[in-house]
Amino acid sequence: MNGLRKYSGLILAIVVVLALVAWPTINGKDITREVVFTMILSVALASSLNILLGYTGYVSFGHVVFFGLGGYVGFYLMAVQNWSLWPAMLAGGVASGTLAFFLGKAILRLRGGYFALATIGVNEAVRAFINNYKPFGGPVGLSLNFSVYQNYGGGAREALWLSFYMLAALTILVIIVSYAVRTSKFGLGLLAIREDEDAAEIMGVRAPNAKTWAYVLSAIFPGILGVLFFFKNGNIEPAPAFRLQLSIEMIVMVMLGGQGTVLGPILGGAGYQRFRGFLLTNPLFKNIQLAVAGFLLLIIVLFIPAGIIGWVRNRFPKLRRVLQ
Amino acid sequence: MIILQVEGVGKQFGGLQALSNVTVDLPQGEILGLIGPNGAGKTTLFNVINGVYEPSDGRIIFNGKDITGLKTYDVARLGLARTHQIVRPLNELTVRENVIVGACFGREDHGLAAAGAIADEVIEFIGLSVRTDQLAGSLNIGQKKRLEMARALAARPYLLLLDEVLAGLNPSEIAGMVEIVRKIRDRGITIIMIEHVMHAVMNVSDRMFVLDYGQQIAIGTPEEVANDPKVIEAYLGDPELAERLMSDAD
Repeated sequence: MNGLRKYSGLILAIVVVLALVAWPTINGKDITREVVFTMILSVALASSLNILLGYTGYVSFGHVVFFGLGGYVGFYLMAVQNWSLWPAMLAGGVASGTLAFFLGKAILRLRGGYFALATIGVNEAVRAFINNYKPFGGPVGLSLNFSVYQNYGGGAREALWLSFYMLAALTILVIIVSYAVRTSKFGLGLLAIREDEDAAEIMGVRAPNAKTWAYVLSAIFPGILGVLFFFKNGNIEPAPAFRLQLSIEMIVMVMLGGQGTVLGPILGGAGYQRFRGFLLTNPLFKNIQLAVAGFLLLIIVLFIPAGIIGWVRNRFPKLRRVLQ
Repeated sequence: MIILQVEGVGKQFGGLQALSNVTVDLPQGEILGLIGPNGAGKTTLFNVINGVYEPSDGRIIFNGKDITGLKTYDVARLGLARTHQIVRPLNELTVRENVIVGACFGREDHGLAAAGAIADEVIEFIGLSVRTDQLAGSLNIGQKKRLEMARALAARPYLLLLDEVLAGLNPSEIAGMVEIVRKIRDRGITIIMIEHVMHAVMNVSDRMFVLDYGQQIAIGTPEEVANDPKVIEAYLGDPELAERLMSDAD
């Protein structure tokens, strides 16, 4: 019972995801599965970004680079080298984590807006490189042979369901990692850096190391998710892989739910994606859905900078234990 | 035993010589008062000692180890803690979490559970128990100063640098803080304190060290320093003027 209370923040977070997953599982509809797929993909991406943005306080504007690069590396291994999905996903995660490690050493010395600008530059640079890199298909990209899907449960439909449950498992893993970081000594060091980096260093926090590992952690999962996403998609091209817009949407999700909390990015990711789905299908809003996202970000920053969870936590301090 | 040796330390910012040829040996268990007019280089000396700045000349030896040019976090882990003149609380963390950061990443490098126990003990000692779960940003200035002290103490340092912990406090708070400083020394921690509240620092210090325009102009017991004409001149401009003022007062 005591253990249950101690982990109530984590349990609540996982229950939210499981409830989402249960929806298409029960009604068995492909369309519901697709809707929930984009929702929990957003949850996983936002939770990954939150480790850097929410806990460490560094705004990565080009975080989609890890999604795209991981996706490309894994896709190349599957499409050209005939690897199966699992090791390809792992390779995608390793590729993104490695890029983040070396990138972190170089650009995490920059603070505030300068770091954010540098991350955009990195995303554009990697996109330009892939655009001209022949083994990855240049501007045309790569495609999977349709017969590949037969190895994953018999046919394309089975492979789609498999991808869905794989994503669900990964999302729960991301949440567990996010929670573990939040409640660890390493995480406390990150929070100290977010609040005042110089003061943290003077108290003995090895900020350069801690920041680099936070960056690596927040990059690995987008890399793995990229492989899964483009596997399900069947093809990969530079433009959708390195779409800066997705980066910005990830930030909106984290801010909407509440940066620096475990539950915030989950609500923010699922909520934003559902909202976006509504806008895209609404004839009035479908052409200006990005403008609405921008407006939403403005509202959040101006009126509820702590996000939904942060607002509730401040309003009802008693709920702090549960809403982590 | 000498815990800190500052050997001929100088620091230059562009054309400005903020410190020149500062030398001082600090025996363990001493309280050294560091005084001087505004802009004398007191905080700069702290920043050079704990690694915020690298000195342009000279060496810093701490506990027999040359720490010149080490990063602040490495210096901190060797057992050198400090507080800031302008308080730097981690606003969105609670008082307890702030102090746990100090214990976790300080000299003894504790895990979260052990650090929590130390934090509770230190918070009690410093008198912030009722504020434990309050966000640090919501404290008033006196409480924030105490928090700075608690964080530094939780690191279990050998040497503590206190930068104007009395500034902005009311007389009863000052008396309480001076008492705390004494108790910290009784725990065997060596202290250097920068202070402008002269009666308090004279009262609590074993020795005083006076800086003016980055030069050390006097070192000695509080009485020696108070009667040193160079010190009086630095503070009042003209030693004879000072004497005239004093005789007028009689």
